[in-house]
Amino acid sequence: MEDTEARISHGRLTRRGGIEGDSGLFAAGHGGSMSDEIVRLEDVWVHYDGVPALEAVNLSINQDDFMGIIGPNGGGKTTLLKVILGLLKPKRGKVLVLGNPPDKMRRFTGYVPQYSLFDHDFPISVYEVVLMGRSGQRKMFRQYTKEDESLAVGVLKEVGMLNFKDRQIGKLSGGEQQRVFVARALVTQPKILLLDEPTASVDTQMRAGFYDLLGRLKQRMAIVLVSHDIGAVSTHVDTIACLNRKLFYHGSKEISPEVLEAVYQCPVDLIAHGVPHRVLGKH
Amino acid sequence: MTTLNLLEIMRNPIIASVLASVACGIVGTYVVVKRLVFISGGISHASFGGIGLGYFFGVDPVFGALVFAPIAAVTMGVITRRTKLAEDTAIGILWAIGMAIGILFVYLTPGFAPDLMSYLFGDVLFVSSHQMILMAILDIVIVLVIFSLYKELLAISFDEEFSTAAGLPAERLYLALLCLIALTVVVLIRVVGIILVIALLTIPAAMARQFTHDFKKIMLLSIFLGIVFTQAGLWLSYPLDWPTGATIILVAGGLFLISFFALQRLRHA
Repeated sequence: MEDTEARISHGRLTRRGGIEGDSGLFAAGHGGSMSDEIVRLEDVWVHYDGVPALEAVNLSINQDDFMGIIGPNGGGKTTLLKVILGLLKPKRGKVLVLGNPPDKMRRFTGYVPQYSLFDHDFPISVYEVVLMGRSGQRKMFRQYTKEDESLAVGVLKEVGMLNFKDRQIGKLSGGEQQRVFVARALVTQPKILLLDEPTASVDTQMRAGFYDLLGRLKQRMAIVLVSHDIGAVSTHVDTIACLNRKLFYHGSKEISPEVLEAVYQCPVDLIAHGVPHRVLGKH
Repeated sequence: MTTLNLLEIMRNPIIASVLASVACGIVGTYVVVKRLVFISGGISHASFGGIGLGYFFGVDPVFGALVFAPIAAVTMGVITRRTKLAEDTAIGILWAIGMAIGILFVYLTPGFAPDLMSYLFGDVLFVSSHQMILMAILDIVIVLVIFSLYKELLAISFDEEFSTAAGLPAERLYLALLCLIALTVVVLIRVVGIILVIALLTIPAAMARQFTHDFKKIMLLSIFLGIVFTQAGLWLSYPLDWPTGATIILVAGGLFLISFFALQRLRHA
């Protein structure tokens, strides 16, 4: 049944977009009807100073997808997220979030940026950081409303950080900060959560709890997480895409050895970014 | 001289210093926290172009700066954001161009520019009453803008990229913040002068931030510290017959260094 649906959806894409695709390039996680599609990229190209960062990327993300995107550093993972968020305009191709341009749909996309990119001395409390997520929802020149405040408290509770509400953000551990940034992304009640290297600064102990949290969230929204930590990603997500300028998406739900092997067949320089274990077999 | 006379002389300088402290305490908090010190230095020096134009066209040089400084600020902001020129390079170039425009127009103005030094280094004892009215109006504008855009400016100060992703017009807000810095420079010109403005934009907030991690409390404490520094400098400079602007800065800088090292010792003790 699922296979049929996937094929139907694939067929539709081919007809409408005229995109050539091999088996499963567009296969959705499951389901695949039009209304479930959150993000759609068609033939997206991004260049930095003439150097391509993304080449002919096609991707469809549905509301129940929990997708990991792996690939080497500089492979375009962050770029891909920024394209979906409307922070970067592609040179060519089409980006749609819920059928509209991404910069019009910002309330539906929750973003958890790379951890290291903030000033740890910044005088701001955990609560204020989370409220920031609501700043784009409110008209300019207005204060936050009671609704904003109760939403902020709600998401802090959900990520288990309500007790840290009044602490300065820089005083928390890496794992705690990451939970706060997830809360900040959740406070707009997005339809898709985009995380950039979410566990890079999270110690191993907290990592399992963090993936448990994502596991709970995926009931409500699509989740895409980008990482070069292949081991961690492959054990937690439902599907894996592989990005090294070009995107290879195998649309599989289960991470079997065959799938891993299939993923690694794409041009990712595994030796250069150091996979510490032997999942590769005969590669 | 009687006490009454002294108070008469000091009344305007005292009010002007308090008005300056309000602007530099509020805006200086953003300058320090968002690390805008260099671009603020650029804006304040470039606004000398406005002083020169004021002389040339025969209007109050402070009004010349009022027009010129925001233009310089937006130009710097746009060039550093939208071109590939390195930020510090762009600021350095515009800093110098602004000053050169000022020097040229002062030169082109017939006759002397006797009080030129007071715009460079401040001379609050000779602040005029319409300059004080301008300072008060700018203070009100700054307070109103910060009050109404507080959440937006805090968001872009902490994380511009996330703010954009959350739907805020981050670049426009950044340019608005640079304009507030430009207005603050204008407020401060008579008190410490263009060259020393950067000290009052940084020292009170840098000192306040050692004591609290609450953004609003840093602002309030900065205002208070600004008042302490300017009043101390003012009352010290008068009997010693020292330049007021320089005295204020030396008091501020000295107290900052003492508090900084004292707190360091306390924390590592």
